[in-house]
Amino acid sequence: MNKVLWSALFALTLSACGSTGDKPATVDDQSSDRAATQTSSSERIGMGGDGVTGSALPGGRAMADPRKDPASALSRRSIHFDFDSFVVKDEFHPVLEAHASLLKANRGLSVILQGNADERGSREYNLALGQKRAEAVRKVLAVMGVSDAQMEAISFGEEKPRNPGNTEEAYAENRRTDVVYADE
Amino acid sequence: MLRAVLLFPLLCLALLHPSFSAWAAMEIQVVGGGASQIAVAMVPFQAAPDQPMPALTDIAGKDLERSGQFRRVDVSGVQPPFSPAQVNYDVWRNKGADALVIGQVAALPGGRFDVRFYLLDVVRQTQLAAFSYDISPNQWRATAHQIADIVHEKLTGIPGAFGSRIAYVQKRGSQFELKVADADGQNPRTVMRSVEPVISPRLSPDGGRVAYVSFEDKKPIVYVQSLKDGSRRKVAAFKGSNSAPAWAPDGRRLAVVLTRDEASQIYLINADGSGLTRLTRGGNLDTEPVFSPDGKTLYFTSDRGGSAQIYQMPVSGGEPRRVSFNGRYNASPAVSPDGRYLAYINREEGRFRVALHELATGQMRVLTDTERDESPSFAPNGQAVLYATVLGRQGILGAVTLDGKTRTRLSESGVDAREPAWGQ
Repeated sequence: MNKVLWSALFALTLSACGSTGDKPATVDDQSSDRAATQTSSSERIGMGGDGVTGSALPGGRAMADPRKDPASALSRRSIHFDFDSFVVKDEFHPVLEAHASLLKANRGLSVILQGNADERGSREYNLALGQKRAEAVRKVLAVMGVSDAQMEAISFGEEKPRNPGNTEEAYAENRRTDVVYADE
Repeated sequence: MLRAVLLFPLLCLALLHPSFSAWAAMEIQVVGGGASQIAVAMVPFQAAPDQPMPALTDIAGKDLERSGQFRRVDVSGVQPPFSPAQVNYDVWRNKGADALVIGQVAALPGGRFDVRFYLLDVVRQTQLAAFSYDISPNQWRATAHQIADIVHEKLTGIPGAFGSRIAYVQKRGSQFELKVADADGQNPRTVMRSVEPVISPRLSPDGGRVAYVSFEDKKPIVYVQSLKDGSRRKVAAFKGSNSAPAWAPDGRRLAVVLTRDEASQIYLINADGSGLTRLTRGGNLDTEPVFSPDGKTLYFTSDRGGSAQIYQMPVSGGEPRRVSFNGRYNASPAVSPDGRYLAYINREEGRFRVALHELATGQMRVLTDTERDESPSFAPNGQAVLYATVLGRQGILGAVTLDGKTRTRLSESGVDAREPAWGQ
């Protein structure tokens, strides 16, 4: 069990270093990934150090904030979800890996993960659905080695729709989690 | 005799917040009515010629019509009586009236007024009630609501709820305003204003405070605000989201939903923010808690069974038990004051409508025919359910009687209303 976790985490760390080939294991089962998160938070520290040395951080390379560079995965902030789903889709893992690398290399940085829901149904229930989407992203980042202290998962529910329409497209646009840096 | 205690907070609010002016009140529309309605004739009260003539009987009459239990009898073409001795019962019986409301207004020293009213049984030719009020000029509406409350109680056996208040949120352009108004949507006062969303207002059992969720700090935080002086405190501002406040019947504790430990879970917390206790466990989504009137049971929405359903559990802790079984979406429970019914939002074929659920039998009945109903709450007398819905693209408030036959709409043109909650 421990071996499996270690190798899974190692794979995550490697892919956080710029690999776009093999996809890391997706985190979708909420009951089991909680245990994984807890285990990884105690084992993460050593691995995190490796991750930092190997990652392609643009640190001293440029004055520009890579988070603002449209060419960087760090400029991508929105994780979209399917209807009634709280699974972070594979296509968003490279983006989250980039954010995880940045956060691990800069322990002073922190992110607010803002979950959102479409407007159908109860506002409080939608707030909780948005929270589930924010928590799903938080758990993926935690497995990638980001410290809990650097993350806060919150929800806007249906209260701050990016697209105020009532079409399926608008709903899909609003079912998402945004990664927002506290210093921005 | 008038509930001066209840009125006092609103007066203070107006004094302490001169910038928070009262906006135009919402318009009222009544649709339908009960099958057998009591016919009541309401004669405009007598007043001295140089005195203001407030529409006491009109306000009280509209209250009674909204209940669905009454219809008003045309009072024109008759020499109006102002005291029981002046009443010719044959005239009112011929007009089809079951009951008659008459009265007088007289000016008192110091700008106050004496209001007397009499409720008479036309068929039995007896007096059912007589009251006098010593009021200030800004208590006309409250007096009219009390008259309606008394008429309702004497003629149906159930107290009226016309003197109660509602809280709701209006969205005016990009601004959110938390309002407290009379149950008929009139006399609105803005108690909080923000450019960030405000949801889930809940009036305290004593009517003196309002709990709500504000996003002004870029995340949901639960506040409790005094309606008396506008002061407020953060009751729940933990890491993550803080939402869904519900007052315990004693007004000392609230149930809230926090995400500080894991996914949205229900906690109890004192109204001053102390004494946090976790109630639900398991990492599912639990939200929208509400107390039973005896304070012993908590009803809430959970997705633990795979879709949104209503559950109940003892406030002292224990295993939640599923309550709703009709369809795949039942949310936002409210409990009737006698504890016999739940009102909640039921989704059927994409339509979100107010449903009434009898707890003893498990029978569920849909009360509305709209598509986007939200946040139901019971009148303090248990005779109607207040909710939010959408008409056109505009959010409006609606009320429906428990038989589903009488519906009232409260709306203000061009302003979105949502998140209503009926208080005492």
